[in-house]
Amino acid sequence: MKDLSRVANPYNEGKVVDACSIFGMMNTWGQRFSGKDTIAAIANMHDRGNGMGGGFGVYGLYPEYAEYYAFHIMYLSQQAKTQVEAFLNDKFHLLHGEEVPTRPVAAITNPPLVWRYFLEVKPSRGDGQEPDDYVVDRVMEINGIIEDAFVFSSGKDMAVFKGVGFPEEIADYFCLENYEGYLWTAHGRFPTNTVGWWGGAHPFNILDWTVVHNGEISSYGINSRYLEQFGYKCTMQTDTEVVAYAVDLLIRKHKLPVETLANIVAPPLWSAIKRQPPAEQELLRTLRQVYGSLLMNGPFTIIIAHQGEMIGLTDRVRLRPLTVGEKGPMLYLSSEESAIRLVCPDLDRAWIPMGGQPVVGSLKKPLVPREDAVEAY
Amino acid sequence: MADTVTVEKKGTVARIDTSGVYYRQLNARMRELVADGVRKIELISVCGQRYIGTDLSKPVDIKITGTPGNDLGAFMLGPRITVHGNAQDGCGNTMDDGLIVIHGHAGDIIGLSARGGKIFIRDDVGYRAGIHMKEYGEKKPALVIGGTAQDFLGEYMAGGTLVLLGLNLEEGQHHRANFIGTGMHGGVIYIRGSVADYQLGQEVGVAGLKAEDKKLLGGLVGEYAGYFGADAARILDSDFIKIYPRFLRPYGRLYAH
Repeated sequence: MKDLSRVANPYNEGKVVDACSIFGMMNTWGQRFSGKDTIAAIANMHDRGNGMGGGFGVYGLYPEYAEYYAFHIMYLSQQAKTQVEAFLNDKFHLLHGEEVPTRPVAAITNPPLVWRYFLEVKPSRGDGQEPDDYVVDRVMEINGIIEDAFVFSSGKDMAVFKGVGFPEEIADYFCLENYEGYLWTAHGRFPTNTVGWWGGAHPFNILDWTVVHNGEISSYGINSRYLEQFGYKCTMQTDTEVVAYAVDLLIRKHKLPVETLANIVAPPLWSAIKRQPPAEQELLRTLRQVYGSLLMNGPFTIIIAHQGEMIGLTDRVRLRPLTVGEKGPMLYLSSEESAIRLVCPDLDRAWIPMGGQPVVGSLKKPLVPREDAVEAY
Repeated sequence: MADTVTVEKKGTVARIDTSGVYYRQLNARMRELVADGVRKIELISVCGQRYIGTDLSKPVDIKITGTPGNDLGAFMLGPRITVHGNAQDGCGNTMDDGLIVIHGHAGDIIGLSARGGKIFIRDDVGYRAGIHMKEYGEKKPALVIGGTAQDFLGEYMAGGTLVLLGLNLEEGQHHRANFIGTGMHGGVIYIRGSVADYQLGQEVGVAGLKAEDKKLLGGLVGEYAGYFGADAARILDSDFIKIYPRFLRPYGRLYAH
């Protein structure tokens, strides 16, 4: 009898060794570049994922509509689209709407309909809310109430592209080589606890915040219940969603700096807090008391991005990897150094940050001063 | 499949440009070459290919330029790997015999569960280097790190020798690692440079070096200096501490009634 295992499993593997892959690259001078390198880098970590999710976050994407909220929405039915468009026309000034261009890719089966809309919050709506808050509420309304419709991107001059497939297949499907941005993040998924569906692919987004994640937020239950008190509804069936909402709450709403965010979601261990100077101890203890419900437990490495900034962070005992590369104004964050080297072989510096310590790339603080570089030419 | 990998072969020496070559094809081709008598393999433009050096079971010299992928030399029995570049996570995973020399830094869990052979890292390592290294009879793995280490160095270590040289530390600067030797119950760690008490795990003790320690350490530092062009005598002319497990079964009674 023919040994079929040699056909289905030619290398006779007894175990599937997977993990998610994450990658981010940013030009800290704000110069835009195509998705080509990001796609190549995440594809180099193909074996970390299993084809059950891939996605990209791009910033500086829609300069012609930079002042408008860009909604990317996936529809599982035509009826959902009709309902959502009526809702958008009622609640916003809808400047422009179109189907997100795609090309047929053999591996991408049964995709949802994906549309994008450029929206303005009407100044005349008269509820006194900040426009960003108004947008968050409307996103929660669509995702929570309208069947078969999911807003998976809602920021200005940025967007998320994601779906079920390997990341390089998703990039091919959405023709991402045709777009430009100054900051790209990417994710290849190996779903462990939750289903592989289009909305469950990374990045997760609210407003212009995106998060890609390798690991598992074991504290999802307590985190999501805490966030619900602030109006965030977790509808994407995946743990990473809480990170996006936590970041929006802590940085945008509570106006906390990135270092404080890190001290909340990945606080130093109590034993390390005890060794700090008194004032620092008091701050860290206070953060753990006030924001204890946003401590993220479990193994994680995340790349958080928003307009002008990219942040890499791991859990405090670094149970998932993160490597940093720097080249001139470019900052690279990756699960594996080889993915960075593929697109930038001659890095100025490659290093591995400590667990719980954020690595920040910012337009406000470029890696190298722009003047110097200009003089060098 | 493996025959699609282009090889320049001269006698027992082979050279492979690994650009765009999938790791399975690369490793399968290397197995064929070694079976055909090749004893020296040069891999250029390596970029993330995993498990290089596994399953060859011969004393083959492998020279790598680039960034090899995770689990370099996993389960390796015999080959001698030199990397001109950095290593990623899991380098030397459950290695049985052979040599890995990294002219750069390395990621997390270097030498995990190694049961033999030697690993030399020129610069720093990430988290959990030497986790659960073990030894039996004559088989004693050694992991030598030229720079400093991140947390949980030598975690659950059950055997073998781990050396941390701290050559890139400034005067008076402590090593980075906390929780050194947490759960350690076998083997020995030698550290050059300062470590505060709080950086050590609960299961370890600190001692000075005896003559037999100095002999073991001197041999490994000499070898390190040979690979990377350092001055062994100068390195050894410094204060070292020895970290040892206080108990062979620290939690033997934890769940016993």
